[in-house]
Amino acid sequence: MPEKKIRVLIAKPGLDGHDRGAKVIARALRDAGMEVIYTGLRQTPEMIASAAVQEDVDVIGLSILSGAHNTICPQLMGLLREKGMNDVTVLVGGIIPEADIPELKKAGIAEIFLPGTSTQDIVDFIHKRVAQ
Amino acid sequence: MSERDKGTIQTITPSESQVRRRQLSPKERAWEENTLRPALENSPERQVEFTTISGYPIRRLYTPADLPDWEPDRDLGLPGEPPYTRGIHATMYRGRLWTMRQFAGFGAAEDTNQRFRYLLAQGQTGLSTAFDLPTLMGYDSDHPLSEGEVGKCGVAISSLADMEVLFDKIPLGNVTTSMTINSPAAVIWAMYLAVAEKQGADWKKISGTLQNDILKEYIAQKEYIYPPEPSMRLVIDTFEFGVKNTPKFNTISISGYHIREAGSTAIQELAFTLRDGLEYVEWGMRRGMDVDEFVPQLSFFFNAHNDFFEEIAKYRAARRIWHKAMVERYKSKNPRTWALRFHSQTAGCSLTAQQPYNNVVRTAIQALAAVMGGTQSLHTNSLDEAWALPTEFAATIALRTQQIIAHETGVTNTADPLGGSYFVEALTNEVERGAWDYIEKIDAMGGMVAAIERSYPQREIAEASYRYQMAVDKKEKIIVGVNDFVSEEKPLEVLQIDETVAHRQAERLRNLRAERPKEEVARRLSALRKAAEGKENLMPFIYDAVKAYATLGEVCDAMRDVFGTYEEVAIT
Repeated sequence: MPEKKIRVLIAKPGLDGHDRGAKVIARALRDAGMEVIYTGLRQTPEMIASAAVQEDVDVIGLSILSGAHNTICPQLMGLLREKGMNDVTVLVGGIIPEADIPELKKAGIAEIFLPGTSTQDIVDFIHKRVAQ
Repeated sequence: MSERDKGTIQTITPSESQVRRRQLSPKERAWEENTLRPALENSPERQVEFTTISGYPIRRLYTPADLPDWEPDRDLGLPGEPPYTRGIHATMYRGRLWTMRQFAGFGAAEDTNQRFRYLLAQGQTGLSTAFDLPTLMGYDSDHPLSEGEVGKCGVAISSLADMEVLFDKIPLGNVTTSMTINSPAAVIWAMYLAVAEKQGADWKKISGTLQNDILKEYIAQKEYIYPPEPSMRLVIDTFEFGVKNTPKFNTISISGYHIREAGSTAIQELAFTLRDGLEYVEWGMRRGMDVDEFVPQLSFFFNAHNDFFEEIAKYRAARRIWHKAMVERYKSKNPRTWALRFHSQTAGCSLTAQQPYNNVVRTAIQALAAVMGGTQSLHTNSLDEAWALPTEFAATIALRTQQIIAHETGVTNTADPLGGSYFVEALTNEVERGAWDYIEKIDAMGGMVAAIERSYPQREIAEASYRYQMAVDKKEKIIVGVNDFVSEEKPLEVLQIDETVAHRQAERLRNLRAERPKEEVARRLSALRKAAEGKENLMPFIYDAVKAYATLGEVCDAMRDVFGTYEEVAIT
């Protein structure tokens, strides 16, 4: 039986339009054999949660550079729980002060990837996590 | 979401034709035979290919063979004269140094006002305002979509009342101010002009720069509100208004900075920016303005990235291309139209979160390239900006970096210090040719708006950015402290944005809406809406609305009602 492809939603929440990172990650994950859906810009937590349900994804990758992570991430995690998406892996990439990381993890973010992370590290993390 | 593009991407590398044409002198041929060959046999070079950070190939050595058709009188000229390769002023920095203009903005207006006054006290010579994301997107601080974003990436400005606080005790008649605002540029500018008027400053004399470059928003930074057509109309409205009312104000700063930050190569940055410039010129002429009347108020803004010589070549080529285009395409007769003036900013995307003190060194080298390339004004990034907006400590070092270049290094003693270098002249020629190839390609698509609608520049940039990331991942390109020379370090102390900003702003807006003359605001907003439906210049209507304390969000909404909003086709 062919192995099911890992499905990933790459999302760009908030008002920020700096999408270089989101696009590079989307393409790198696709090149690594995953099924990648990119939401485009300015997605509210509601839009992201609905897209995640609709697309039945294994992983959500949020790209946040604007400093709005403390507002956006807990909102999204709450919505995912409401929709029964308890086993989706949510990752954040972007500019996140180290001091904010423990709170984000407590809110249910599986991992935070800071600037300078290689795309291979993210691919490896997803493979390991989804295999579990 | 669209399918990934396959096979249509073609990145222009114009060096090959140049390389093929190299005609070696007998002396150089003998050197290759007698000196180079044994040296290579003895110890091969470190890499098969040497490339710039943009992936552009660089040859082993540059000699007269690399400048076959080069004519110094025609291609280089003298400073202050066409084709401006050597700079736009006869004496360059011997006469006047560039403007040291540090971009700043965070929190509420009073927080940024304090930072402005601090920077001026430290010897900064111009102001530059960073606005927060809600402001950039034309939302008031209390709009639901503003939640979590108020005052984070810049200062929150929702009305003229905020603008009055922002420039409190800063005389706009004496200080030049740059404002990084695009889609709502006309609205923010109207607020600025209203503050200037209140302070008693003469509009004919005030000076500064409005970024106002919507095309690069569609291409790279993505802070757009309206579709291209009405957005371009607003830009041309500000040009017209500026010609009549504020002759010393740069009504636009045509920006390659964000294109580069989005991952473009140096040649793409140059080409897309200048083609944007030509697009604005053409739309202005179509409005009926004379090229020599409004183009002198157009300015440019480039990135200063790591690759020292590639950057210098880029600035020199930019001036040459602009001169040629103005004279040949638009038959300009005014030297003020020909001379490309530019601001530069060191590359934010080159800063590393790891070992952040190294960023001081990167920034210094990048700033040096901008100065050796003849910049008119400069922002140097702070060492902590891969983490957050800069602390006062970090911002001070960044400003001091410019002061050291200006007063200690000696590079300001002569105009275009690298002029005549075989390498720099050859690279300038090649970068120029690469840019013209792109410009002509976009011409053939029907111009930049048409190219944007086909996602052409967006795709070229995404491709270049992915290629670069892969090169970094494979360690073909080294970033010190990131993929090599890694070490443990202590976390940096970064600026924390006060979380009460959003509440303070919301309360201020509540009070404003209660106190202002309600009917007057409604009347002026509906006048704006009506004008937007027609063809009139909207600046006077926007000005009237903000003077009555209509908020940024209300003014932008009035135009949203008429123009609609823009959604891009997301490509990955």
